[in-house]
Amino acid sequence: MRFGTEIVALSVFAFAALVAAGFGVDVPFRQHMWVLFFVLTGFTAILLRNTEFKPAAPVDPSAYMDGPIRYGAVATVFWGVVGMLVGVVIALQLAYPQLNIQPWFNFGRLRPVHTSGVVFAFGGNALLCTSLYVVQRTCRARLFGGNLAWFVFWGYQLFIVMAATGYLLGITESREYAEPEWYVDIWLTIVWVAYLILFLGTILKRKEPHIYVANWFYLSFIVTIAMLHVVNNLSMPASLLGSKSYSAFSGVQDALTQWWYGHNAVGFFLTAGFLGMMYYFVPKQANRPVYSYRLSIIHFWALIFLYIWAGPHHLHYTALPDWAQTLGMAFSIMLWMPSWGGMINGLMTLSGAWDKIRTDPIIRMMVAAIAFYGMSTFEGPVMSIRTVNSLSHYTDWTIGHVHSGALGWVGMISFGAIYYMVPKLWNRERLYSLRLVTWHFWLATLGIVVYAAAMWVSGITQGLMWREYNEQGFLVYSFAETVAAMHPYYIMRAIGGAMYLAGTLIMAWNVTMTIRGRQREEQALAGSVSALQPVE
Amino acid sequence: MGLMAKHALIERNATLLLVGSLLVVTIGGIVEIAPLFYLDNTIEKVDGMRPYSPLELAGRNIYVREGCYLCHSQMIRPFRDEVERYGHYSLAAESMYDHPFQWGSKRTGPDLARVGDRYSNEWHTQHLTDPRSVVPESIMPSYAFLKEKALDVKDFSTQLVANARVGVPYTPEMIANANADLKAQADPAADTTGLEARYPKAKTGDFDGNPGEVTEMDALVAYLQMLGTLVDFKTYDEGAGYR
Amino acid sequence: MSYDLMREFADSWGLLVMALFFVGCIAFALRPGGKKQADQAAQILFKDD
Repeated sequence: MRFGTEIVALSVFAFAALVAAGFGVDVPFRQHMWVLFFVLTGFTAILLRNTEFKPAAPVDPSAYMDGPIRYGAVATVFWGVVGMLVGVVIALQLAYPQLNIQPWFNFGRLRPVHTSGVVFAFGGNALLCTSLYVVQRTCRARLFGGNLAWFVFWGYQLFIVMAATGYLLGITESREYAEPEWYVDIWLTIVWVAYLILFLGTILKRKEPHIYVANWFYLSFIVTIAMLHVVNNLSMPASLLGSKSYSAFSGVQDALTQWWYGHNAVGFFLTAGFLGMMYYFVPKQANRPVYSYRLSIIHFWALIFLYIWAGPHHLHYTALPDWAQTLGMAFSIMLWMPSWGGMINGLMTLSGAWDKIRTDPIIRMMVAAIAFYGMSTFEGPVMSIRTVNSLSHYTDWTIGHVHSGALGWVGMISFGAIYYMVPKLWNRERLYSLRLVTWHFWLATLGIVVYAAAMWVSGITQGLMWREYNEQGFLVYSFAETVAAMHPYYIMRAIGGAMYLAGTLIMAWNVTMTIRGRQREEQALAGSVSALQPVE
Repeated sequence: MGLMAKHALIERNATLLLVGSLLVVTIGGIVEIAPLFYLDNTIEKVDGMRPYSPLELAGRNIYVREGCYLCHSQMIRPFRDEVERYGHYSLAAESMYDHPFQWGSKRTGPDLARVGDRYSNEWHTQHLTDPRSVVPESIMPSYAFLKEKALDVKDFSTQLVANARVGVPYTPEMIANANADLKAQADPAADTTGLEARYPKAKTGDFDGNPGEVTEMDALVAYLQMLGTLVDFKTYDEGAGYR
Repeated sequence: MSYDLMREFADSWGLLVMALFFVGCIAFALRPGGKKQADQAAQILFKDD
């Protein structure tokens, strides 16, 4: 019977959720278990409607397994729209506080929905689907473990839904980017170990003797995130039928563990993983090998060795001992080298084919991504210098920095990969429209510029206002006055974010129409002869 | 087999690659984090620190639940302007019972590390209910619903036990009296001698203007009112605290 | 195992091993015979689609 085991397992878990919904010791936990119950029941129903009482058709072991990747590509676009939409909403809440709707849609509950939504839902799905796409094609092997890939995909979506609904219900550990409570963390651990087995298993059965460097980056991303996630989320639940837990560490130790996690979530989730993406999709789209393969190997070891030390720069001038702060600062500055090595390697892949930046909007998107990677990995080390940090910390400058990396690097390289993969995954001759890609590119780029500029100005302004003294030696501004001064920048930021969101919506339309097999009647882009030809 | 050929193994052997990269990323964490647990001078010697009273802990859980840390730090840096604005810079010892820490990373609103005793209970309740009625420039959301919600207590000792398991020195006596202490702290008519012996400097009485009921607002204001008030800085040795 | 012992190891042999490992990686990547192999590896992604 198709889905036999799955249906039984899901029903058992749905029943367990129902029991937990009845016996939970706190209200949010009971609500959360009702959510879980309905999700699992709905899923069971879908499987029941699709089941057949005959053995599944045999699979061709030599063909690539692209089903979960197609779902992953759609999920990437979907969560991208959701996460960025919530981002625009909370940006507007900061400009117009009347937009807070208590208790569920207050800023404090929505903000983790935005950060987890874009980092783990959008970025995570992009990594998931591209890593499975790349590992099969560079190892020339089908994914390992039969339906394991489907478990990883749906298990990860369940994690996202449980995390996001939990935040709205007030279920959070309030540790930045590690907010989900203990039982959601345990679920993610299970899914993540399955992902590691899936990825490593595929590498082990490869037909290509050499492991292509993109897979190195993906593998180190998967294994490091597993380590960070487990250590950082060690906690003691108050009850096994309750949502509340207390983290294993306290105060200064908790702070450093959290920022060791937090910074490496950036380093390995948002950097190493997406570098894996860069090392496959940029050469493929440009149709030429990476500039220096040997540089990419050095890039890899230097990056993973240095990144892991940089966490303490988030805790400058705090109660963290000075020696740890100094260590964090030194490694952060050294990180500038491998980062720029990687950027040069990515950009120079286009050497001899620079005209593609003009003629191919997908290449243009990828090049912009690499350029933003270079910019934010330059800004980062600067901000990790203690004197700079004394001004920038606690202000919007940090927010601007994060977004130039997240919107510029992570977003743009993912868009490029999606635009590359979608026609191939659905066997379409080409994208629905290349002109819409150009629109997306310009909306996204201008959006980032507006966003980052607003945050630089507001961050530096507020940092300076906080420390401004008059001739008599008194502080000039009350805190409330510095908040009022931020208002125009918060509006500008919301506009920049909305532009970026508009670009993503255009992509969603373009991808949908491509999947439906439509081709837009449009004039070829200026200077491009090849662009409208079949992609491969 | 020459050295280079051996090294070529890494590029071709997935398990070695896995172990190699895991090794490389583990070392940084161990060298940086582990010492904090071993070094004696990571946390300063201070007088006055004690675990949170049950009502304060309940309030802290609401602070955590609402994600207040996303806009309010609890970590005053040793700069002239911050010390003048907020008070003595924060010590590691002051968050030694904080599971999780709530230092925060962004000041959309002001630092709260020493907000205790700065405003009246009425001010806090009014401010949380309608922030712009007391601070016109404020962009904080309203938390009026806290006043309407009775504090969900059940057996509060389980919360203390969980904290004790991760190292907070709650005594069996504190755990046994958890529910009674929680109610007594918010009840103006209660006998609070036991509570005050267990939790010195605890603020008692009605916090939210509604003495008949222990609400979430009571708990949150009780927590805010004790923030940064425990350490006795008259006996703190600045020189010895430098790490 | 005491902290001092660990710290001493991290400051001496641990650091040395890490540094050598890192130098080894670079030396290996840049070794004279490696260019051909690296060029081959860089072509992997064009072999199949």
